[in-house]
Amino acid sequence: MPEEILLMDKITKVYPNGFVANKDVTFSINKGEIHALMGENGAGKSTLMKILFGIEPFEEGRIVLKGKEVRFNGPLDAIANGVGMVHQHFMLVPSLTVAENVVLGMEPKKGGMFDFEEAVRLTEEACNKYNLKVDARAKVEDLPVGFKQKVEIVKALVRGAEILILDEPTAVLTPQETAELFVELKHLKEQGHTIVFISHKLHEIKELCDRITILRLGKSVGKANIADVTEADISRMMVGRDVVLKVEKTPAKPQETVLKVRDLRIVADTGKPIVNDISFSVRKGEILGMAGVEGNGQSQISEAITGLLSYQQGSISVNGVDLKGKKIREIRELGVSHVSEDRNTYGAALVSSVKDNILSDRYYKKEYNKGLLFDDKKINEMTDDLIKEFLIKCDDRDDQVKMLSGGNVQKVVVAREFSNKPALVIANQPTRGIDVGATEFIRKRLVELRDEGTAVLLISADLNEVLELSDSLIVMNEGKIAAYLPDASVITDMILGEYMLGVKTQTPEEIARVAYD
Amino acid sequence: MSLLSQIFDLLLTPAFAASVLRITTPILFAALGGLMARRCGIMNLALEGSMLTASLFAVIASAFAKKAVLGGVSAAQADPALVSKATTVGIIAGFIVGTLAGIAICMFLAYMAVGLRADAYLAGLAINTMATGGTVFILYMAAGEKGISSSLDSCSMPFINIPGLKDIPVLGEIFSGQNLMTYFAWICVAVVYFIIFKTATGLRIRAVGENPNAAESVGVNVKKVQYQAMALSGLFCGFGGVSLSMSYVQFFSRGMTAGKGFIGMSAMNLGNASPVGTAIAAFLFGFFDAMGNVMQSLAIPVQFVQAIPYVATLVGLVVFAIASDNKVKKLKAKQGK
Repeated sequence: MPEEILLMDKITKVYPNGFVANKDVTFSINKGEIHALMGENGAGKSTLMKILFGIEPFEEGRIVLKGKEVRFNGPLDAIANGVGMVHQHFMLVPSLTVAENVVLGMEPKKGGMFDFEEAVRLTEEACNKYNLKVDARAKVEDLPVGFKQKVEIVKALVRGAEILILDEPTAVLTPQETAELFVELKHLKEQGHTIVFISHKLHEIKELCDRITILRLGKSVGKANIADVTEADISRMMVGRDVVLKVEKTPAKPQETVLKVRDLRIVADTGKPIVNDISFSVRKGEILGMAGVEGNGQSQISEAITGLLSYQQGSISVNGVDLKGKKIREIRELGVSHVSEDRNTYGAALVSSVKDNILSDRYYKKEYNKGLLFDDKKINEMTDDLIKEFLIKCDDRDDQVKMLSGGNVQKVVVAREFSNKPALVIANQPTRGIDVGATEFIRKRLVELRDEGTAVLLISADLNEVLELSDSLIVMNEGKIAAYLPDASVITDMILGEYMLGVKTQTPEEIARVAYD
Repeated sequence: MSLLSQIFDLLLTPAFAASVLRITTPILFAALGGLMARRCGIMNLALEGSMLTASLFAVIASAFAKKAVLGGVSAAQADPALVSKATTVGIIAGFIVGTLAGIAICMFLAYMAVGLRADAYLAGLAINTMATGGTVFILYMAAGEKGISSSLDSCSMPFINIPGLKDIPVLGEIFSGQNLMTYFAWICVAVVYFIIFKTATGLRIRAVGENPNAAESVGVNVKKVQYQAMALSGLFCGFGGVSLSMSYVQFFSRGMTAGKGFIGMSAMNLGNASPVGTAIAAFLFGFFDAMGNVMQSLAIPVQFVQAIPYVATLVGLVVFAIASDNKVKKLKAKQGK
């Protein structure tokens, strides 16, 4: 009989604005298991974990840790009781070293001074014990994402964490880094640690976890041994219906070239070239996927095309018009739409209404103005139509966008960007961090746009997404195109992974094929 | 003799070099105060008000303490031993009370910014305005005057003649015989470096300033650390205030900080909150301030001369911004080829 280490019993959490984030949620984990916590965005996973970690108070229910009822008054309390958390957004101080980050808040001292050498020793000891290879003296800002995550894990372990909560740890990792993380987590499990693993990715959960708890709309709707359920079962429990994980689409019929990028070079503020003399084309009626580990120049390319970032060399043209020196509105007037990866900065104005956000790219157009004033009737009609068409869940067109869930915010962005008859759509991480339903919807719309003759450049770190949606693919590695794969349907994620990590690179001739005239 | 050579004659004297050190003192203290605050993530615009308040309270406390020890006898008639004792008490009282006043003002800002989550900029500006008027009011209550505390018999921190050094020509004139606060200011640079980089508190201050969420997630009490850093910020402002009214002059005059808090703030930003860089920048501003002073003896409009330190500050900030911008552009251009 496995020993129950933690029980969250009938937890109810109501936020001050009346939103019920958790309703009678029961969550139980056994010692030494890896337990998956799944659910769509807004299902209440994060809230539940914040409650466990003492960040959020709760109204009803109880938490029983190792047979004793507890109530944590903050993270420190949770840590002292052996609960550690690796947040989705790393809680690290970039300018400090790994060792300093690890001991922050429990600094070893010698003669009243901070004992850096002892901090290094402590860190290295933990790294060796748990087989996590990190340089204790390195500055955190110099580390790749995968290592930052290890620092977070070491931080929790050094503080005596027996239960480790990992909030979507693989969202930022390459397939190879993910594999490494899984080995490390299994190793931790063998040493008797208990792990709560929050993820959206079904196959990862199948591979790593022992048991699963599924939340939907703030309630726990299922609990199972991983071995007993299929991926389809899990996804049905999550959304309450079968999500079509495959995108239905016909083969693409690419026509003339819309976007032409030639010898593009972009240099970062540090002087490091981020994008290195790349050339490619996107044609009418095709989705060109741009795969790659984040930070290999994809964001800069999308910002250069949409006019947000200046570039040092090369040319970008849309339907034969050179974009050099063009203002953003001029670029948009050429039919370029942009779904930014950062929807909270570039995508949407969070404090503005749904209506204003949709209006923001077209407010100056004649059809929405009557003399000096807005044509409110027309604007409202247009907005309401789009809200209906794009299934935006809001009470009213005047709702502030920040009141909506992530998926609905993205739908607002997409409603604006997809509804102006774009010639070219730059979709950068269009479904990141949003729920399955909205993801499915946005992907479908992208395919529809393609069929209507739009050229789509899809940039995504989600391998499944680029593989499923793209007609052809380019893979970015260190600011260069590592491969051009004309037929995405025959590519597997393992092949993609090799190009992404620079294990393999195509010849310049093979890559040059993507520069259609 | 041309104006230019007159200027050079004035600048190339040991007396001028000594005055640079003297004038740098309050700027350096203010800069260190600003540094502590910025390291914990708060822009302390109240440096100015904090220093001003400190300099007033230093004068009042030292005068009243001295008077109390003398027991109503005037200093001229009293026993020299008693006078010397009274002066010592006055110095200590002025130093302590002045410093505490500096801390109190910064803690007030900390309470508004950290405790009540008010905007630190607005609160800082409000505190400065309050200090400008408040000091005059308190001065009037204490001394019956509204401009200068000349009726208060306050003390001065001792001047230090360094044995050996003082007999060396030029160097002795420059570095020996300065006020204790001047030496103390440079010692404080080392102290700040030590606190920031060598103590656990410093580590926490840096962590809180850079990523408060990270610090909080490992149980660092962010508010407490910010209060600590702001208290240290106030401590240096307090020293700065004392150095204004209890060293080279022994009185308080209204608005005597004359923007030194803001110049210190600029020095800290120019030095990017590193102790050494901040000290160098403060020294530079001190140099221009001193230059403005000596040039008042020349046939140049006084208003122009008085503007020099502030213009120098502006130019310094502009040059700094352009230089760092150019560095980026150069790097880009190099790679763009």
